[in-house]
Amino acid sequence: MGKTIAEKIFAAHLRDTPTPENVILDIDVVMCHEITTPIAITDLEARGMDRVFDITKIKAVIDHVTPSKDSKTATQGKILRDWARRHKIVDFFDIGANGVCHALFPEKGFVRPGYTVIMGDSHTCTHGAFGAFAAGVGTTDLEVGILKGVCSFRTPETMRITISGKLQDGVSAKDVILFIIKELTVNGATDKIMEFVGPVVEAMSMEARMTLCNMAIEAGATCGICLPDRVTAKYLWPFIKDQYESIDLAVEDFVQWHSDPDAEYVKEMTLDVSKLVPQVTFGYKPDEVKDVTEMEGTPVDQVYIGSCTNGRIEDLRSAARILKGKTIAATVRGILSPATPKVYSQAMEEGIIAIFMEAGFCVTNPTCGACLGMSNGVLAEGEICASTTNRNFNGRMGKGGIVHLMSPLTAAATAVLGHIADPRKLL
Amino acid sequence: MKEFGGKALFLDRNDINTDEIIPAKYLTENTKLALQPFILEDLKLGGFDPRKDIEGKGVIITRANFGCGSSREHAVWVFEVNDINVVIAESFARIFRQNMYNCGMLAIELPKKDIETLFGLGDTVTITVDMAACTLTAKGSKKVVISFNLNEFDKNLVEAGGWLAYADKNY
Repeated sequence: MGKTIAEKIFAAHLRDTPTPENVILDIDVVMCHEITTPIAITDLEARGMDRVFDITKIKAVIDHVTPSKDSKTATQGKILRDWARRHKIVDFFDIGANGVCHALFPEKGFVRPGYTVIMGDSHTCTHGAFGAFAAGVGTTDLEVGILKGVCSFRTPETMRITISGKLQDGVSAKDVILFIIKELTVNGATDKIMEFVGPVVEAMSMEARMTLCNMAIEAGATCGICLPDRVTAKYLWPFIKDQYESIDLAVEDFVQWHSDPDAEYVKEMTLDVSKLVPQVTFGYKPDEVKDVTEMEGTPVDQVYIGSCTNGRIEDLRSAARILKGKTIAATVRGILSPATPKVYSQAMEEGIIAIFMEAGFCVTNPTCGACLGMSNGVLAEGEICASTTNRNFNGRMGKGGIVHLMSPLTAAATAVLGHIADPRKLL
Repeated sequence: MKEFGGKALFLDRNDINTDEIIPAKYLTENTKLALQPFILEDLKLGGFDPRKDIEGKGVIITRANFGCGSSREHAVWVFEVNDINVVIAESFARIFRQNMYNCGMLAIELPKKDIETLFGLGDTVTITVDMAACTLTAKGSKKVVISFNLNEFDKNLVEAGGWLAYADKNY
């Protein structure tokens, strides 16, 4: 019997099998941020267990509220910072070097094919784009991860999603994943791994694959996963060049993580995206999705471009295609949060930041920002935001606010026209 | 072992998410107890008022996909500090369910028909859980006994008092 990529990763990291349904895995990377980690740290201290399993396998960043906005968030940052210093955590990112965890850590080359990754953050599934098993966990799982380098999971079940056809101009990975979530519903993939395959995925950049995997959790999935290939090897090359003599050899090595042809899937889904149009959410669940053509004309108060879903350089480039030489509607507040310092500086070099600013956008530092309404960009009661983020839950961006999820292209077109707009008309 | 049960709070909707259970703006609290007043603050559900309806409740009975969304364990802690240690649902989001067992609390999945039975017992229902027998007794307009499946590993976590204690002993 063949194995899926997830089954191969599980087999390679198996520490224990307490029951046939449950496995304990060794974890390669334990990622930490300042919102869910401090309580793990203070709890370990209180128990007299303030230890870490491996200072090179723990990565930490202050990203959700940075710079801190008040005493409480300053304290959260301080607890994480003091802990990282105390234990000499090798990779800790603070002001000046920090950015959205799921954009920053891949950029640093921390995630490799075949790895196991956990973080106290549901969008950890993003890292599956590298052919890794990456799952969001709660603080207790994180605490055990920090202390022991292990985590418990149920035996993996995978659904395979084959994406074929050719995306039309103006349609992106965000539209593909929103459409998939609409089809599956918000719990259509619960307790399952979503394996994305097919020519459209193979043609996607790592940035696009990260967008795809990032929202797997919105269908309830444990992890989204792509098979590692030449695109993966090229992205990781600066970090793996000492390990392989050539990119070809890296690509060859990555094949060990590919699902076998006779692997078993609990569900198969195939879609041809050639006729897919830009997708936009309505309501308060990420599976409440419509074609942009049905949502056109909905006025918005704010447009937010950023987050672990769509704050990477490619996202900024695509929005800039629309914004170049244009001004956003007078009724719209445009906010751009480049996801990492590298994205920010690259966008400056490419003139993208200037395009955003000339269009009337405010550019913030790299942070999770408005996405979860914890720091800047919070909506007032009744306000509407067109957002490139991943959740439209009631109150997510501020009590009484409404969020419409969409791609950076659609968000940029919406900013220009002041209401939800089809980006294909502005390209 | 801990006693599980209490008066039931019925939340009659699918897909109740973590942001409704505890909004992100309260994730800046650095103690579990500080979360207590904010339980289910953003849940809009016909007539539900968290300030009045939580008082004296020990069990939540709800529909499918409870706890979807964020990984925040705060969504479990906010129940714990309000003396709610059992959630009974048709299904759970994976991370929420794991967080419950990791904290030594019970996330019981029941088939839709059993959930319907519980919802049909009137407004005042008391639940007692027999962990050893894997049954729960609900006393409302009538008394019903419902058996449930409990994964052996999850049961061990509850008996150990949570995942940290279990992992520290075994790994």
